[in-house]
Amino acid sequence: MPPVRIVVWVVEGTWEGCIDAAGRSIPSGAQVALLHVTPSDVTGVAEAAVAGLLGRTLPGSRPSRSFQDVADRAASELLAAAAARLGSQDAELLHRRGRVEREVIRAVAENVDLLVVARDGDHSRLGPHSLGPVTRFVVDHAPCAVLLVWPDEPPGIESIPPPPPG
Amino acid sequence: MPSPIAESLAGLLLVATLVCAIIRPWGLPEALVAVPAAALLLLLGVLPLSEAAAEVRSLAPTIGFLAAVLLLATFSDRFGLFEAAGAWMATGSRGRPVTLLALVFAVASTVTAVLSLDATVVLLTPVVFATVARLRLRPKPHIYACTHLANSASLLLPVSNLTNLLAFSASGLSFARFGATMALPWLAAIAVEWLVLRRFFAADLIGHTEASVVPRRPAPVYACLVLGLTLVGFFLTSVFDVAPAFAALGGAVALGVPLLRSRRATVRDVGVALQVPFLAFVLALGLVVKALAFHGLGSLVTHLVPGGTSLGSLLLIALIAAVLANLINNLPAVLLLLPAVSAAGPGPVLAVLIGVNAGPNLTYVGSLATLLWRRVLRQRGEELPISEFMRLGALTVPPVLVAATVALWISLTVVG
Repeated sequence: MPPVRIVVWVVEGTWEGCIDAAGRSIPSGAQVALLHVTPSDVTGVAEAAVAGLLGRTLPGSRPSRSFQDVADRAASELLAAAAARLGSQDAELLHRRGRVEREVIRAVAENVDLLVVARDGDHSRLGPHSLGPVTRFVVDHAPCAVLLVWPDEPPGIESIPPPPPG
Repeated sequence: MPSPIAESLAGLLLVATLVCAIIRPWGLPEALVAVPAAALLLLLGVLPLSEAAAEVRSLAPTIGFLAAVLLLATFSDRFGLFEAAGAWMATGSRGRPVTLLALVFAVASTVTAVLSLDATVVLLTPVVFATVARLRLRPKPHIYACTHLANSASLLLPVSNLTNLLAFSASGLSFARFGATMALPWLAAIAVEWLVLRRFFAADLIGHTEASVVPRRPAPVYACLVLGLTLVGFFLTSVFDVAPAFAALGGAVALGVPLLRSRRATVRDVGVALQVPFLAFVLALGLVVKALAFHGLGSLVTHLVPGGTSLGSLLLIALIAAVLANLINNLPAVLLLLPAVSAAGPGPVLAVLIGVNAGPNLTYVGSLATLLWRRVLRQRGEELPISEFMRLGALTVPPVLVAATVALWISLTVVG
């Protein structure tokens, strides 16, 4: 039987909790890949602002270029830190660029058994707002099983409002 | 030439000028179409020479002022001001994304007000991006904060935006009076941006990292001192009735001389930082718009724009300015609107500025250019998240316009 293939989606802000949860739940012998996606739209916004200056760019300043270098370095450092936290030397490190939700779905489209995702919305109570829009898309569209984890301590059960009377 | 034909030709040349400035085919300078366009209008007699001469005379001091402000920003960067600001924000945030966003708001609003929106877009935004990346936080809220505040926090001083510089001479206000009147609208705009961005990006403002990953940097004391004195100088020029451009020039010289002496900058750097092609572009754009206004569009605009200083009139003026800035672009918009409102006193002029400064957060470069420009961006492998971008614009621009204009109305009533 081929080994179980697991992808852990590593995102700034939630990656530590996500890796810890993955470390607890991944069966031994599983093939693990750590995925980080650099959003392509952030640089687009910065470029739009520069275009708004109608040519008043200062010498050698195309933000997208410096942004890409910074983003690439940050991504490889993040993935290395995630692999170290997982304590796995043979985890595959995947770095993609593009529209985040689409790239994540594409990365798990074939031969992946489980995607590990952290919640990134409202932390104050249990409820549907615990997923941000990008994570919501991923959970809704993933063609494989999804392990959805809280990046930190989950809120108590009492945070769910009582059912309406009647 | 009959007026309708002259008008159409001037309009066509305006569109060509703007599109080329944004798309920059083959990386050519923005003045390449603008200057021949203005020359053609002069040659064909669409713009009479006397009108052109008057326009050049009125634009020249503004362009000199702009050149000095651009130098001030570039030299501050050479002193490491923006890198130091990045390190300061990282340390001050203690790795918390919401605290970092608050510090980005404070720094971006200040940089925009004092060193112009160019400094925020070109010099501060990359530093903020690098800081957020090192802190392993999500970049989107902080980058949008920079690009939005570059527009909406550029209300405070004449130096904050080229549109303000253009309106400054038309408003008849002193530097100090301008700042005093616009302080409340500026704060109102920043407050609205904070409330909206904080909620809009709630899902991206999570996590917590050790701030120690970003090394501390000493603040460039000399540069900060010179900028502080320049700011004081701006206000003092009002007292002594001197053109405030001289304060900017003084600051630029005080920063530039030690840089040149220690060879941290060359004379060539100074030449590049002056951005002569852009200065030529502004002058040429001014002439093209003047030609357009001369053949009837000017009187149409004058009929359209209310002249009063009641709250209703101010709101309508800000709205018209914002719509025009989004239809064409904010520079031609302000050039077209200024002659129509300047006779009505400072209130309507400042309302125009609220519209043309905060309005562009809907499309940044004007809708026509945005459409064309998205295609260019896609060819470079970049993406403009148009729906998110416009949604955030639609959520912020109307309340910013209303809040800032109401604040202006209160300011005018109190400051007078």
